[in-house]
Amino acid sequence: MTTSAAVAGLVTDIIEFSVVDGPGNRFVVFLQGCNFDCLACHNPYTITPCIDCGICLDACATGALSMVSDRVVWNESLCTGTDACIAACPYDSTPKARPQAVAELMTRIRRTAGFISGVTVSGGEATQQAGFVHALFTAVKAEFPGLTCFVDSNGAADVAVWDGLDDVMDAAMIDLKCLDDEVHVRLTGKSNAQVLATIELLAARGKLHEVRLLLMAGLNDSDELLAETGRWLAAIDPAMRIKVIGYRAHGVRPSAVPLVEPTAAQREHYADVLRAEGRFDLQVI
Amino acid sequence: MEDQLVTAVENVVNSRAIGYDQKVRRLAALADNVLPYPALSPAAREALDARVICDMFEGDRPFTPRYVLPDYAKALRQGVKYLELEAPCDLDDALSFLTILYSQVPSVTTYPVYLGDLDALLEPYVGDELSDEQLDAKLRRWWIQLDRLLPDAFVHANIGPHDGRVIRSIFRVERSVRQVVPNLTLKVSPETPDDLIEDAVRTVFVTGKPHFVNHPMMVADHGTEYAVVSCYNSLKTRGGAHSLVRLNLKRAVERHPGGLDSFCDDALPHWVELTAELGEARIRALVEDAGFFESNFLSTEGLIERERFSLMFGIFGLAECVNELMVHEGHVDARYGHDPRANDAAHRIVGRISELVKQRPLPYCGGGGGFAYLHSQSGIDLDLDTTAGTRIPIGDEPGMLEHIEVVAPIHELFPAGISDIFHVEETVQRNPRAMVDVIRGALAAGMRDFTFNLDSNEFIRITGYLVRKSDLIDVETHGARHSSDYLAATAEINHTVTTRAIKRVIAAELSPIG
Repeated sequence: MTTSAAVAGLVTDIIEFSVVDGPGNRFVVFLQGCNFDCLACHNPYTITPCIDCGICLDACATGALSMVSDRVVWNESLCTGTDACIAACPYDSTPKARPQAVAELMTRIRRTAGFISGVTVSGGEATQQAGFVHALFTAVKAEFPGLTCFVDSNGAADVAVWDGLDDVMDAAMIDLKCLDDEVHVRLTGKSNAQVLATIELLAARGKLHEVRLLLMAGLNDSDELLAETGRWLAAIDPAMRIKVIGYRAHGVRPSAVPLVEPTAAQREHYADVLRAEGRFDLQVI
Repeated sequence: MEDQLVTAVENVVNSRAIGYDQKVRRLAALADNVLPYPALSPAAREALDARVICDMFEGDRPFTPRYVLPDYAKALRQGVKYLELEAPCDLDDALSFLTILYSQVPSVTTYPVYLGDLDALLEPYVGDELSDEQLDAKLRRWWIQLDRLLPDAFVHANIGPHDGRVIRSIFRVERSVRQVVPNLTLKVSPETPDDLIEDAVRTVFVTGKPHFVNHPMMVADHGTEYAVVSCYNSLKTRGGAHSLVRLNLKRAVERHPGGLDSFCDDALPHWVELTAELGEARIRALVEDAGFFESNFLSTEGLIERERFSLMFGIFGLAECVNELMVHEGHVDARYGHDPRANDAAHRIVGRISELVKQRPLPYCGGGGGFAYLHSQSGIDLDLDTTAGTRIPIGDEPGMLEHIEVVAPIHELFPAGISDIFHVEETVQRNPRAMVDVIRGALAAGMRDFTFNLDSNEFIRITGYLVRKSDLIDVETHGARHSSDYLAATAEINHTVTTRAIKRVIAAELSPIG
């Protein structure tokens, strides 16, 4: 049996200071692998774990990638950060994600602890590695009881996952891609049933920090749909914290369905439509 | 010499770019420089001429201390005989009293560099009968008056570390008037409420002010009666600094072919002694020849005490010094801010200078226990290719956490002030609490001062003072209302800090004849 400090997660990246991933300044761990395949994904290279095909080796101009015992190995000290490897990957992955143990992450969190409000796990989809997240949060809580532990999630996780995290997770931020399931399937490849259940469950437990609505012009931004979304959210919590995020094309893969960025005026209009349904704590980005 | 003087006077008199007040001040500075320089040894004279050591162009014969920090609380309690002012009884009287007193506080810029710990000074005059709206209106009017009467960004007010109605009102007024004056420092202690720091952070988003300083560290160095004045200069109140001399570490290393050990063992003692000698000569001229403390009413009425003054010993160009020494050591790629060997060398050099300064007694420096205060000097407009103080060069800073870790350990060695400026992305505006976390962390990690700017701000911090971008436009042709804007204009041209523009004034301290 391994101790919890030895539990490893497949980590894509770490940001020591983040001001956009929950309350206060936060240490953010991005985990590799996602159960959605969103058209509008801003970091599609986090969707699939690396299959060690080696295609990226040729794309690297500095020799930072090599094949060792049939595994692609990334040498950080030789990497110049051009992300040519990610551009070359046909499988929505990255050779830079690597397993990191809780103990390893704790070394970095320790260095940052005096400067942050807490730790956020994001992704990819963090709940896909719920066991690791639990082990990490347990270690954080044990050493730094003042820090909060947040999950940034697409919401597509079973009740059992949230039950398992409950003792160490302070709150979660959940994306709601679309209330209309048909559109949701078109945007993400999956049904929204679990997402809606997650929002209700976490709100009932007082662990829903905010719901994020990523809106694309002409796709999931009709007045009727937004009003219905507002009504549904208000029924759960009329003072809910909601972030309205206008889709931005940066980092997104080419798509057969045209994805259109809403204008500033459109984003404000979304907010107005939502405000008519509840006294939400609403932010427009 | 005489021809040079005539030309300089002609230039001032006939300038279209500076206003009447500024002309008067410049002419006074030129007259001051007609007098012979206080006697120096040949070695010190040579070092001064070569600008290895520097007197900040304060004027060749000091007749007023560089920074004067009157005890305004005492003045408000006892009145000022010289100005025929009784102790005020209400807020309006207190504001009027202070405005008058400011007009008589000398300094190197000719404007007061310290306006007092304004929340503590004014809170006793704010009663329940005064609503927040009324308080804001009064302070707003006064704030505008200060900016127009004292048009210089080195004019500095302190607030905190406690919460109160006045400090909250000051933040609201600051955000509404968006002025350069006054520069502002918030004293932060572990007891300062998060919510108050957050209010300050929101104010930075709008105006680039205040600075955040480590109150417990300052109290340990100076006692509870201290303030931050001009830019980043922390000194005792009811005291001040006679003068500021500084050592250019870049120039010092240019004359040193050897490595780190011999720089610390041989070169630094030599240069520290010459810098101290320069300071001593200037202090004696001020105290013994000009007799400032014998005649000025602030001194005779006990609002300042000579025993609470000292000399500021500044250093700058640490980054270039360290990087050059690394080359001498054979570590060509080791850069300050990035390589542990360079960072260790920087810490060692600063530690050594601190030790040497504490071993060199100076006259009339009771404020520092008979010694100078070390200061990380954040630059003037004439500094070319030399990084301010002990900062990491602009554009070469590592990530924020690493940056803090590199600079924090040396902050405690600079009782008279040190600064590192952090540039923060504008997304933080949606999450001001994140900055509160960073500020708390930075101060707990040992930083004395924490200053940050938003990338998008209308205000730009030049070396430590602020200018408004709109004020930088057309300075050359139309003149500027703030003296500091002229400095900014030259600093901008010399450093290409950004695409900063100007308007409004001059500072005598910076401009040598010719």
